[in-house]
Amino acid sequence: MRYLPLTDTDRREMLAAIGVSSIDKLYKDVPSEVLLNEPVDLPYHQSELEVERTIGSFAEKNKNTTACPSFLGAGNYRHHIPASADHLIQRSEFLTSYTPYQPEVSQGTLQALFEFQTQVALITGMDVANASLYDGATACAEAAMMACRITRRNKVVLSGSLHPHYHDVTKSNANYLNLEVVAGKRQDNNNLMELVDDKTACVVIQNPDFFGRVKELSTISTECVLAGALLVVVVNEIVSLGALKSPGEMGADIVAAEGQSLGNGLSFGGPHVGLLATKEKFVRQMPGRLAGETVDVDGKRGWVLTLSTREQHIRREKATSNICTNSGLCALAFSIHLALLGEVGFMRLARLNHTKAMILAEHLSGVDGVKVINDTFFNEFTIQLSKCAAQVVETLADRNILAGVPVSRLIPGDNSLTNQLLVTATEMTTEGDIARLCKGLSEVL
Amino acid sequence: MSTFTGNEGLLIEEPLIFEQDSPGVSAVDLPEPDNSETKLGDAARTKNIGLPGLSEPQVVRHYLRISQKNYCIDSGLYPLGSCTMKYNPRLNEKMARRSGLADIHPLQPESTVQGALQLMSVCAEWLSVLTGMPGVVLSPAAGAHGELTGLMTIRAALNDRGNPREKVLVPESAHGTNPASAHMCGYKVETIPANERGRIDLGSLLERLNPSVAAIMVTNPNTCGLFEDDIVKIADAVHEVGGFVYCDGANFNAIVGRVRPGDLKIDSMHLNLHKTFSTPHGGGGPGSGPVVLSKALAPYAPLPYVVRNGETFKLIEHSLHSDQKPYGRMKGFHGQFGVFVRALSYMMSMGADGLRQASGDAVLNANYLMARLQDILPPSFEGPCMHEVLIDDHFLRGTDVTTLDFAKALIDEGFHPMTMYFPLVVQGALLMEPTETESKSTLDQYIATVRYLAGQAKAGRSEEFKKAPRLTPRRRLDETMAARNPILRWQPPIQGVGK
Repeated sequence: MRYLPLTDTDRREMLAAIGVSSIDKLYKDVPSEVLLNEPVDLPYHQSELEVERTIGSFAEKNKNTTACPSFLGAGNYRHHIPASADHLIQRSEFLTSYTPYQPEVSQGTLQALFEFQTQVALITGMDVANASLYDGATACAEAAMMACRITRRNKVVLSGSLHPHYHDVTKSNANYLNLEVVAGKRQDNNNLMELVDDKTACVVIQNPDFFGRVKELSTISTECVLAGALLVVVVNEIVSLGALKSPGEMGADIVAAEGQSLGNGLSFGGPHVGLLATKEKFVRQMPGRLAGETVDVDGKRGWVLTLSTREQHIRREKATSNICTNSGLCALAFSIHLALLGEVGFMRLARLNHTKAMILAEHLSGVDGVKVINDTFFNEFTIQLSKCAAQVVETLADRNILAGVPVSRLIPGDNSLTNQLLVTATEMTTEGDIARLCKGLSEVL
Repeated sequence: MSTFTGNEGLLIEEPLIFEQDSPGVSAVDLPEPDNSETKLGDAARTKNIGLPGLSEPQVVRHYLRISQKNYCIDSGLYPLGSCTMKYNPRLNEKMARRSGLADIHPLQPESTVQGALQLMSVCAEWLSVLTGMPGVVLSPAAGAHGELTGLMTIRAALNDRGNPREKVLVPESAHGTNPASAHMCGYKVETIPANERGRIDLGSLLERLNPSVAAIMVTNPNTCGLFEDDIVKIADAVHEVGGFVYCDGANFNAIVGRVRPGDLKIDSMHLNLHKTFSTPHGGGGPGSGPVVLSKALAPYAPLPYVVRNGETFKLIEHSLHSDQKPYGRMKGFHGQFGVFVRALSYMMSMGADGLRQASGDAVLNANYLMARLQDILPPSFEGPCMHEVLIDDHFLRGTDVTTLDFAKALIDEGFHPMTMYFPLVVQGALLMEPTETESKSTLDQYIATVRYLAGQAKAGRSEEFKKAPRLTPRRRLDETMAARNPILRWQPPIQGVGK
């Protein structure tokens, strides 16, 4: 057993020092009727090679996005990760350290988090950001609960074109806190404000929305102010912020986002990184960890985890949230990728994504049986097919084309959406990919 | 010794990336797209962001330099009690990076991800057998998230019976996430005191039990490093009044392969894959906190879940497609899949025999520390302990050295400190968890160091302790200033104003 350094001689010597005859004797407080005398019914230990073969056999059964053209999005996006980013996050000092509770020996993690917080604040156009949350969906739920604490109101209005998982996670979290969650009409933000009343804590709007549409939110922001409600803006394609006005510029009070697109691979949906940013005046109601600047006893600049009186280990049941971890390594990957891109690189990446999507839309418009629904989009949009989207996707998958996400996958049971397909183009998308998709669709439709 | 640069040999002072900005530089070469037109409507960005520009060598050097200011499990003993800092096998990382697992999209057609669904199913199967519990919820992202999920499942089951009830009992030694999770689930929290043996006081518990109790949250082994030997009696009593037993599984690593929580009559328990099952902590995440459920609770598990049908696997993502009673959804997509890959690689590497040996060695290592230290650092509670040993600050009385000072002195000696001031049931707690991946020689060196420092404290060298640590990239940091005047981001210098 390659991960266990103790030898039988060590064990004997140690048991002698303790004064017991066997390891089993150390379990004397466990009621004997529940103590197992032999290993459970599972396979015994295996060599690296054997494990690689088994895990490899799982991997080989999957069609992966590097081997066929992929147009999938809907909250997770395939982007190119620079070699140096993936290399750096595998350094032991980042990978195998704990939460930086001992700041004197954790300045690396703390400085990286401080830089991450600054980057997130800058791209979202907000004053401050925390050190990350689990993912975009949980960040959305935390933002809604945070808005309820700030406003002391208990109604949350969700846009009908919010990602369905974000909707569901927010609703599940609010369920037992006596918070009322209402959702607007699907695909329609125009009448959202009709749901807002004097109990409304916040209006939650995704931009670009689940169907890929982009909207200027300043008008809604003004209406929120008049209603005394906060505007929570959700972003699940963070690269879009290189091409779009920041949520802060459009009047957001809280931004909840998924940061996967930078530095983090698809990994079948996780682990990824939730971003949460807000205005300075709300920082004490923000959940999650925060790194802050200070000095040491010699007057040198350094960083510590701070404002922990908001957190569960101090406040217990009165804490802003039960959150104890962030998504440290994924946040680091995000931060390194963004540091590599820099101002011009980030904006260029966004323009490139947008351009690829415009090319994709143009080509798809030329396919019989395909209609592009969106007037506006960033790198993802919805198309109407002449047939059931899920069946088309299945057929094209057999031909090694991952055509996109049928809207019905996330919103089942609505016949009007059966033929709708979400398609995405990123910097990874080639002209050849687009040609194959168009050819495939023209054959199937 | 001070140097001209402020650097100290291999330790290089490193400014923030924002202080190294070369405007216009990017470390990523991308073609400049030709898009005079856009589909962004009136939402197109018109303003700069303010991100710094650096070249690739500068970025690599930056992160290399700051990384060298971190202690990590690969550099040495990291005996943080209740955190389980064990070795993170590199095979796990290699497996998680296989293209067939790393480059698959969560919304690909089911037929194209059968291997991924099989992997989730096998991972759940291992967790189910190891815990003796039939239901497994893979989706929670971390331990605290698992607690919340487990409690919500309990609440959903009680709702289904017609009454969610009002309160959750939490022992005073519990981790802070327990009461916080109970509160987020809409319950009032009532604290149960510990007895003189460091365990739940059964009498006090029985007094508080009545039909308003939805659940008790037990940590077993508990945060004092002790097995709750009344656990079955506790479970029976809670079940008697119609409540459920939640177990915080943070310390499952002490009993894995030896005790099945299902046999202890636990109804719901989270597992920290980043503790018991060796996935890396990553400087604070990502974790993964699957929840196992008893037969009574399993139908209420949240979405999504994998169903095996002969040789094919189905992902149930929506209540419309479920024949159970899922209460909702806790996370986007299907959970921390990359962490499942790592944990399963570890479980398969260790096997049923190896996992049993690992828990035994973890308990052996902790008891060895206790035995070799007890003449000068007596444990707070009589042993044997489980995977961690709790000591309080009795041994420092009259020395002017605090638990904090003692921990900081250990840093100068090259060890990461133990957990300090937790649990709250003893004064000035020092909670040490060596884990099974430490060798005897490492433990001997640590024991000798702790004994030496205890001697120094008793010899009146408190001044030296107050100055510790002296050999770290930064010395003690002013946390009060950080909280009073929070600086949470870098700000561009204001033109014409000196810093």
